[in-house]
Amino acid sequence: MGQKILMKGNEALAEGAVRAGCRFFSGYPITPQNEIPEYLSWRLFEVGGTFIQAESEVSAINMIYGAAACGTRAMTSSSSCGISLKQEGISYSAAAELPIFYANVVRGGPGLGNISPSQCDYWQATRGGGHGDYRVIVLAPNCVNEMGNFPKLAYELAEKYRNPSMILADGLLGQMMEPMKFEFETVNINKLPPKDYVLTGCKGRDRRVINTLHLDVNVLERLNWHLYKKYKEIEANEVRFEERYTEDAEIIIVAYGTSARVAVDAIMKGRQEGLKIGLIRPITLWPFPKEIVSKYAKKTGKLLAVEMNTGQMVEDVLMFSNGQAEIYFYGSPGGTVPTGDGVLAAIKTALKNKATIGEVCCLNDI
Amino acid sequence: MIFKKPTSLTKIPMRYCPGCGHGIVHRLVAEVIDEMGLREKTVAVVPVGCAVFLDEYFDCDALQAAHGRAPAVATGLKRSCPGTTVFTYQGDGDLAAIGTAETVHAAARGENFTVIFINNAIYGMTGGQQAPTTMPGQKTTTNPTGRDPKLAGYPIKVCEMLATMDGPAYIERVSVHNVANVLKAKRAIKKAFKIQNDGLGFSLVEVVSPCPTGWGLTPLKACEYMEKTMIPYYPLGVYKDISQPKTEVSAPKEIPDEEPVENKNIGL
Repeated sequence: MGQKILMKGNEALAEGAVRAGCRFFSGYPITPQNEIPEYLSWRLFEVGGTFIQAESEVSAINMIYGAAACGTRAMTSSSSCGISLKQEGISYSAAAELPIFYANVVRGGPGLGNISPSQCDYWQATRGGGHGDYRVIVLAPNCVNEMGNFPKLAYELAEKYRNPSMILADGLLGQMMEPMKFEFETVNINKLPPKDYVLTGCKGRDRRVINTLHLDVNVLERLNWHLYKKYKEIEANEVRFEERYTEDAEIIIVAYGTSARVAVDAIMKGRQEGLKIGLIRPITLWPFPKEIVSKYAKKTGKLLAVEMNTGQMVEDVLMFSNGQAEIYFYGSPGGTVPTGDGVLAAIKTALKNKATIGEVCCLNDI
Repeated sequence: MIFKKPTSLTKIPMRYCPGCGHGIVHRLVAEVIDEMGLREKTVAVVPVGCAVFLDEYFDCDALQAAHGRAPAVATGLKRSCPGTTVFTYQGDGDLAAIGTAETVHAAARGENFTVIFINNAIYGMTGGQQAPTTMPGQKTTTNPTGRDPKLAGYPIKVCEMLATMDGPAYIERVSVHNVANVLKAKRAIKKAFKIQNDGLGFSLVEVVSPCPTGWGLTPLKACEYMEKTMIPYYPLGVYKDISQPKTEVSAPKEIPDEEPVENKNIGL
């Protein structure tokens, strides 16, 4: 809580994590998220925490797996190709039900790609990413203020459900500077609820084991059904989204993160021309706000997904529109950022067009 | 003194093959934990490989790690909870192949936990494939004619490699092929835990250990093979001990001939 200060997105995320109780960070340098480990390399020591620059992303994620197992609020961060390397540890954390938290400040891909902002990791983030049946809670900020305030929510959700949670940002959000106000009291880690699974030695209690190996197929099946039920509970309780200008809208843009900021610019310009455009901004990418998408699919008959990729979230928009709307996509892959004018032009095309229900119509192709 | 099962072991029977060294080493580690009164503050990091059921056998807190990642997991555990006693227990594939980076860098950082490294020169659990420590000439399921260093490279000598670094506090190689060496192995394991307890840093005990099933030998022949072929290649002794003056390790001048290995029908 307190005054507004000018902060860089990555640094706001790092400071927000510390205020949210993070006391262990391990990571490996990769652009465009380097300000996160650089900030934490000195900040964590101020609060008695631990910072380790690991030898690899694989090692970093496994370090926070170990730290989380003894109850510490731990985190790691990386970007795209680095997150791919972390998927092993994320899968293990999901199986072990350890509440790790990590951030992906996405760059262009696939492969080494480039260091420019992108949203090309939506599928990886929302579909698990690693091996096995699992899900990760995904929060998508669209401003520096949310970069700094979301870590607390990420830890709370991770610990509530004993499940990995992540912040999916992009290079633009990581590098931009904006006014930042922490909207929560700094977490006192000594007053967090006790955890009944942590491994600190078995003095005064039975020993505890955190294991991800289940050779008995029936035991593993039970674990997977247990995880399934947990994910259903998260889907029922933790959907978060923002809607703007939707009341009279004749077309709805669905966009998150930087794309949502650009979409607002397009909406403001379009409304000055009399176009009735609204926005749904998913804040949780998983669980996806499917009900609100379905509602506006039925109400407007036209949905436009704007993404900095070749069309990933649009598949969720299509799926949850339940065949009630024409689905359009406007993309900017490769590290480019769409402009308000470009999105407005896409809206105008979509308003005039008649697309096939059940298929995605890519406006970049028209 | 009455000979009894260590308190730090559960009653669950171990599933290791006849003649395997894991059971011996488990017992040694458990005896050390008992004697040092560490059970209630110990967290074992469980490997992938034959010792993957370690959490069933040790009566202490335990955390499963991914293949090769135990040193990273142990780093997170120990740094977050410095009051615990943390040990990893890893085979040669785990520690010296997929987990080489984690091992080397945990050692370089001087992480204050103990590594028990079982070197049986083969991948046991997956059916006897080549390990980083497989001997020249040794037959495995992926070296059907014997390991040819020209094609498959040379074995990795972990103690020698880590002892060149400034980070580790204690590095020793022991063997469990006979009673005298089993007793020496226990002393080394106890020393490693003491080094950790004293906060001196990274400690690793490499245990040259038999895998009769993987080697295609009887348990007794396996011990013979260790003594005549493996130990000359992997000399026993203290490679680093920052708490003591430097100890010289006598290494053989030449790599043993490959022929005796082939004549002993190594392989499946």
